[in-house]
Amino acid sequence: MTVKDIDKNGPPRTTPIQSATFSNPINAEIRRAAATGIYDIRGGGAKRRVPHFDDLLFLGASVSRYPLEGYRERCDTKVTLGTRFAKNPIELDIPITIAGMSFGALSGRAKEALGRGASEAGTSTTTGDGGMTPEERGHSTKLVYQYLPSRYGMNPDDLRKADAIEVVVGQGAKPGGGGMLLGQKISDRVADMRNLPKGIDQRSACRHPDWTGPDDLEIKILELREITAWEKPIYVKVGGTRPYYDVALAVKAGADVVVLDGMQGGTAATQDVFIEHVGLPTLACIRPAVQALQDLGVHREVQLIVSGGIRTGADVAKAMALGADAVSIGTAAMVAIGDNDPKWEAEYQKLGTTTGAYDDWHEGLDPAGITTQDPELQQRLDPVDAGRRLRNYLNVMTLEAQTIARACGHNDLHNLEPEDLCALTMEAAAMAQVPLAGTTWWPGKSGAGF
Amino acid sequence: MQTYDLEADGLRGLNAALHAQSSETNQTHWEIVNPRGSHAIAVGLDAPIEVNVKGSTGYYCGGMNKQATVHVYGSAGPGVAENMMSGTVVIDGDASQYAGATGNGGTLVIKGNASSRCGISMKGIDIVVHGNVGHMSAFMGQSGNLVVCGDAGEALGDSIYEARLFVRGSVKSLGADCVEKEMRPEHLDLLRDLLERGGCDAKPEEFKRYGSARQLYNFKVDNAY
Ligand SMILES: Cc1cc2nc3c(=O)[nH]c(=O)nc-3n(C[C@H](O)[C@H](O)[C@H](O)COP(=O)(O)O)c2cc1C
Repeated sequence: MTVKDIDKNGPPRTTPIQSATFSNPINAEIRRAAATGIYDIRGGGAKRRVPHFDDLLFLGASVSRYPLEGYRERCDTKVTLGTRFAKNPIELDIPITIAGMSFGALSGRAKEALGRGASEAGTSTTTGDGGMTPEERGHSTKLVYQYLPSRYGMNPDDLRKADAIEVVVGQGAKPGGGGMLLGQKISDRVADMRNLPKGIDQRSACRHPDWTGPDDLEIKILELREITAWEKPIYVKVGGTRPYYDVALAVKAGADVVVLDGMQGGTAATQDVFIEHVGLPTLACIRPAVQALQDLGVHREVQLIVSGGIRTGADVAKAMALGADAVSIGTAAMVAIGDNDPKWEAEYQKLGTTTGAYDDWHEGLDPAGITTQDPELQQRLDPVDAGRRLRNYLNVMTLEAQTIARACGHNDLHNLEPEDLCALTMEAAAMAQVPLAGTTWWPGKSGAGF
Repeated sequence: MQTYDLEADGLRGLNAALHAQSSETNQTHWEIVNPRGSHAIAVGLDAPIEVNVKGSTGYYCGGMNKQATVHVYGSAGPGVAENMMSGTVVIDGDASQYAGATGNGGTLVIKGNASSRCGISMKGIDIVVHGNVGHMSAFMGQSGNLVVCGDAGEALGDSIYEARLFVRGSVKSLGADCVEKEMRPEHLDLLRDLLERGGCDAKPEEFKRYGSARQLYNFKVDNAY
């Protein structure tokens, strides 16, 4: 640039640079908060990227390991849950279960669809905050009944109708938080089941009303077992926070099964700040949980179900290779039955959002008719058709997981092991405690060598 | 009358025997001796039987009760009659924390005092306490009635929904959104009945009524503290 150029065009200017710290989305949120005075509430799980199963790869078979023939050679997928104390453990054909999602958050038809799809695929579904509905019981061959702090709809008859009981201590999306069902979703039926007036916001407590701590939990589990004649498996569900200790304490308290939900796990409604900033990524939860089970000598005797961001058969296989006995899905099941489907794009636009980003599940305006109690919107979901889609999806995930297991030389998904994996990033290597790809090392590992 | 020695014969046998009773049973009177503070005594009953526990109980005695009358001739540990659906539970002595928690129906009578969080998250149960109740009683109480013939501790009825609270003595403090309400004739009638069912000779006119100001019912900016 010459002096002449400067005379002509003026001095050169710095290109406008957006701040990485004060990005447009952050600034928009600051303006939104300033205008409304309300924090953002939404459904779904953490949207930020955190180390996840995508950061792991399977090694596959080679000279030192031989593979099994795809399609032809057996690769078992069955899992039995509740073998520790329950008289009637749950036997599932596939190690993928449907997570607890409340009637209230979801429509009765959506719950029916989940029950149908799960049953057709030979797996279980789970109630949620708000109690058990006849649709759900009727269409679920294996139904897990959640025992939550709110105790909405809790009663001994439904407890006895359940195939297993899940004591919910926390969720990955909001460990340490309670729940919220906003007034617009409280129909007569929801209000009646929860014993509250119609149209008011219903809070679900963050702590159980009649026990605190592991010693009390042990007595609570005893009570539930006594009420149900020691027949039902008792699960304890915890959000991913201190997985080693939480799992150890759940085992000590007498759990048959521990459900561990990482921060990508969905919720029906919680503060965005909670979803994005509290809890551990699912990937970081599994090894400490398995370590706790191993240290107590109960790995496989107390089953571990992992959830939070499970989407594909590869995710299932990776969670199991790290030591889980089964996984659980919430968001993916919703997507399978029609949530965030591009066919509703015009309506998502009207709600100020777009396909894939729709997360105002608490508002009850769901174009797909899933997270709503609106009688007309609900009709958009055909439970039979949606159930079939869920079944197909569960089958595909199972086939995918089997494909990987066979390629690694295993005749049962439960034989997958950390040895089968490597990590693409240092973070994932550290969290999963598997070697960084092409090395024998992960952060924190002592020693080296093949 | 059936007598069951809990110490000698164990908890499982007791609850199994009680669960085996149907509505037509003629074994309607049960006496449990040597409870010695055991947990989960007489839980999940569902028959019109009378169970007399001769001594003090641990956690969750009478939990999820339906139809039965459970009488504890002693004091009760935490969570007595939790999530009760119907029937009656009577405690001669004191009750520990969370008495009647999340109860949906039936009547819980505590002749002594109840500790903190009595009637927490109550959903339709009637609770009559002859003595005092501790802090945070009727927290998030949804429906039903809590009658306190003595005094109430701090934060009574915090975040209360539609439960009705009647207190004869002092209230150390009211919780968020709980206010004193006018005692109308229908409340006096209701209270008279509750006191009678609870075997209390107090007069309804001596009580004050508390309930929800309904200011926390819908999310508002100014409530978000
Ligand atoms: C719409 C919705 C409602 C939910 N309701 C409950 C509930 O009532 N109780 C519970 O323990 N978890 C609830 N969850 C969390 C799920 O049980 C599960 O932990 C989570 O969805 C797993 O993560 P994923 O969504 O990534 O699969 C809910 C999740 C969603 C998406």
